[in-house]
Parts: sequence; C-alpha cells; structure tokens
Amino acid sequence: MSTAALTTNAPTNAPTNAPANPPASLDMRERFYAELDPVLDAHPAADVVLAVIGAGYMQRAIARHPGRVFDIGIREQALVGVAGGLALAGRRPIVHTFAPFLVERAYEQVKLDLGHQDVGALLVSAGASYDLSSAGRTHQTAADVALISALPGWTVHVPGHADEASELLHREAGGTGRVYVRLSGQRNSRPHPVDGRLHLLRDGAAGAPLVVAVGPMLDTVLEATAGLAVRVAWTATPHPLDAGGLRALAGPAPVLAVVEPYLEGTSAAAVAAALSDRPARVLHVGVPGETELRRYGSPRDHAAAHGLDAAGVRRRVATLLT
Amino acid sequence: MTTTTAPSTTAHAGVPQHVLDLVARVTGDEKHDPSAHSTLDVVWTLYDQVLRVDPEHPDDPDRDRFLLSKGHGPASTYAVLAAKGFFPAAWLDDVASWDSRLGHHPDRTLVPGVEIGSGSLGHGLPISVGLSLGLRHRTAARVVVLVGDAELDEGSNAEAIAVAGRFGLGNVTCVVVDNRSDNLGWPGGIAARFHVEGWATAHAVATDHATLAAALRRTDPDRPTAVVVTALKGDA
Repeated sequence: MSTAALTTNAPTNAPTNAPANPPASLDMRERFYAELDPVLDAHPAADVVLAVIGAGYMQRAIARHPGRVFDIGIREQALVGVAGGLALAGRRPIVHTFAPFLVERAYEQVKLDLGHQDVGALLVSAGASYDLSSAGRTHQTAADVALISALPGWTVHVPGHADEASELLHREAGGTGRVYVRLSGQRNSRPHPVDGRLHLLRDGAAGAPLVVAVGPMLDTVLEATAGLAVRVAWTATPHPLDAGGLRALAGPAPVLAVVEPYLEGTSAAAVAAALSDRPARVLHVGVPGETELRRYGSPRDHAAAHGLDAAGVRRRVATLLT
Repeated sequence: MTTTTAPSTTAHAGVPQHVLDLVARVTGDEKHDPSAHSTLDVVWTLYDQVLRVDPEHPDDPDRDRFLLSKGHGPASTYAVLAAKGFFPAAWLDDVASWDSRLGHHPDRTLVPGVEIGSGSLGHGLPISVGLSLGLRHRTAARVVVLVGDAELDEGSNAEAIAVAGRFGLGNVTCVVVDNRSDNLGWPGGIAARFHVEGWATAHAVATDHATLAAALRRTDPDRPTAVVVTALKGDA
C-alpha cells in the first residue's frame, strides 16, 4: 500500500497542535483518533495496533499511554497477527488501518489469528467503499462487510454518525468479542441508537413497503423516498442482523428494499433467513459487484455512478411500488 | 523409565524411549523412523529442560508459551505433551478421528498445553510478537515459537522478524528447525535474516541436547533470539 494516502486523505484538523478539548469532530475517523486517548484511560486492557495509517493523528494517546500504541510499520499481516497474540495474552487489541488492507490483505490472519484462536479484537477501518474515490481501486473495498460476515462469531457495526462511532468504540473496547467497526466519510445529519436493533424512523401505512437503510445511507434514503408510500427503518449493525425486528416490521407479506453502502446483496442471506417463513419480495441496493468502476473523482461521483445517490436509490425503490 | 542423555549423532538418541514410544503411537511407526520427526529433539528439550510450564495449571498466566507454528508436524508435540502429563496418552491412539481432540494440525481450543492452532504456515511468528508485547513488563514469561526453514518462505515471517527486532523483544525466541526442505534455499544462511534485524542468533544440532538446551535457555534482555537447529535432511 502507499503511505501517500495518509497525506492525501488526512483529517482536516489533525490534532497535532490542537487544544486538549477541541470540539468533537463530526468526521468519524477524526473522532476515532480523538477518542482513543479516553478509551485507553477507561479500558486498561486495551491496546492499539497500527500499520502507519493513523499514527500521525493520535499523538496525545501515544504520549499519554506509553507501551499501549504499537505502530508496526506497513505490515498488515503482522498487524492482525500481533493483534491475535495480544489477545492471547489477555489484552484487548484495537486494530486500525484502511479497510482493504485490514480486511482483504490480512483476511487469512483475521480468519486464523483471531477466529481460529478463539480470541477477540476490535477492528476499526477507515476508507469505506468509495470514500477514497480519488485514490482508486487499490484503496477501496466494498466487500469488507461480506468477508467479515462470512467468518464465525463476528459483529459488524456500520455507524452513520461520529457520535455513534464514538459510542461503539467505547463500548466495544471494553468487550471481548470479534467486532468490526466500519468508519465512513459519508454520514447522516444526526445520530441514532446503536443498540444492534432495527429502528423504524419513518412510519407509513401498515403494509407499505419497508426500506431498510444501513449506517450512513439513512439521510440518502430519507431524501430518496420523500413522498413515496414507504416506511423507512435503519440499523448500524448489519451483522448479525436484527432478524426479529425485521420480521416484526416487514409483516406477513414483506415488500422490502435493503440499502447498504457496500457490496450489493451483502445482507441478502440474512434477510432471506429472517423471512424464510413468509413470501417476500426483496430488493437489494448497494455497490454493484460485477464491474470495476475505473474512475476517480469524488465520493459523490461514485455514489451517483453506483446508483447510491438519492436519485438512484429513488429509481430502485420506486420499482417496488409498481 | 530410562533416559539417555549423552549427546549422540543418532537421531533422537537423547529422547527417552517412552517418548519415542508415544510418538510411534501417533504415527503408527513401529520402527521409530528417525527421519519422520525433525522437531522431536527440539520440542522434547524445550519441555524437559527449558520451558516453565505446569500440566496441572496449563492456563497459568505466567507460564512460558511454546508456539508450534509449523503445525503440520504435530506428532512430536503431542507425544511430548502427553509424556509431560498435559493429557492422557490414550489420546495419541486415534489422532484425526472424529472423536479425537488431536488432528493433523493442532487446535488450541481442543488440546491442553497447545498455545495456538496452526497449520497454515507463517502465522506463529507474528502471533508471538503480539504475545510478547502483551506479556512483557507484566510477567517473566517467555515466548518460544518453532518454525521450519521452508516455512520462512511466507512473507509474514519477514514482517514479524523486523518488528520483533526493532522493538527489542527480549522475551521472544524463534527456533528455526532447518532440515533443508526449502526449495529455493537461503543464501548467506538463515541466521543472517534474523541477525540483520537485530536478533541474537545461535546454531545448534538437533541431536546435541546439551548445546541445544543451552542455546534455548539463553536470552538477551533487549533483543529477541533466533536458534537455528540443524536437523536431518529431509525430515518432515
């Protein structure tokens, strides 16, 4: 991987010379870096493992917690292997880099050094889907949630707001399980409860089609469905999916769209399993997996190209109303 | 129980007969073919003379950790663990059967005394770095990881060798059992790969248990140690 991305995609107000208590950032990645210091205070078993990415933005945590933040260089296999060893020693590793390097490059380490050893870790990625649009395909993954969900015993959180990311970080740093938190540059205007449940955020006529938005897709889905006869529900935890909540909201003959900011159909198996006892019409909206988008530009450009902007989502959801 | 302790040029001559018998129960090899178990001398010497482990307390947080990274050759490790009382010797008689806790690659969740599940190569050394970071300054426990010379092909080892050296992890010992099974070889020698990254290095011959034990006991407070152990060529 290239360290250039650290520079080109650096947070805009990196806290190198920041005051001790700057305003809480609305950017999830910036908030993650800022919260590591209090997280290490609150959770004495937690350690942070880095592969360069992020190390320049958490000087306060590094200075105040000597021996608890390990930057091992650009070595992603060892990044996850070291995390497995720390967990075997009774520590709670918090592991961070960009999503493709954390999940795809080190996938066997995630499978064996964590899962097969039956130990936990908190993996926190930045650079979700096409956040790093201008960096190109090497710095992007839409498959990370599907890949992590394919391994036993993982929980996947996809927060849609920095406050949600902060709450998840503090909670999971004190846990013992295998947890993947996917931070994104795309975000909603306000936070919602990150309790693992599916929440109905826009009600409508009973039996109206249900649109499930995951994480940062909520505001886009609300805009896309304005004036449409649909209900909108939301979750920050696609895996494990709140199957009971989905069954209750979907009703006996579900007409459903699932809008995810990553690989289209990632939640298809979980939705099908939840609704296997009833006839259901389900549309999955996400990043198409069949073609590689060989363009740069902005995340907004990529969202439009993938049909994940409000207009694109509206076109797809409208097909459920015919 | 008889124990032969004199150094010998005969493979496994320093390993007690009852341990060889236990190995044979795993492999079904009545002739105790010495070429079948390149790791036996090292594993026996570690558990008999070096490691501070207690089969009555296999989860003692202060225990030394032995990581068999080269997980495709677990017979000798299983036999030594059984000999030391970590689990009943009867477990050795049906390895890899449906009802067995012992497979052709070990699973740490199934076997008392086994510290990591291994099999896919190149995982033990990076895990040992994390174990070291988690244990040092908290306990005197050592972390001893066994890899093969061909296993070093995996690039993850190069990552871990660099990190352990740069971090000065004095509680890590990497034992490289060199049976010259690497296809492309290591020009300049295996130890040079560790030395250049700041490791202390030593050589030993598998059958010379006195020298081997001394090399495995020696640690340096400020840097990790690599012990390259020459085993019979072609040993699995």
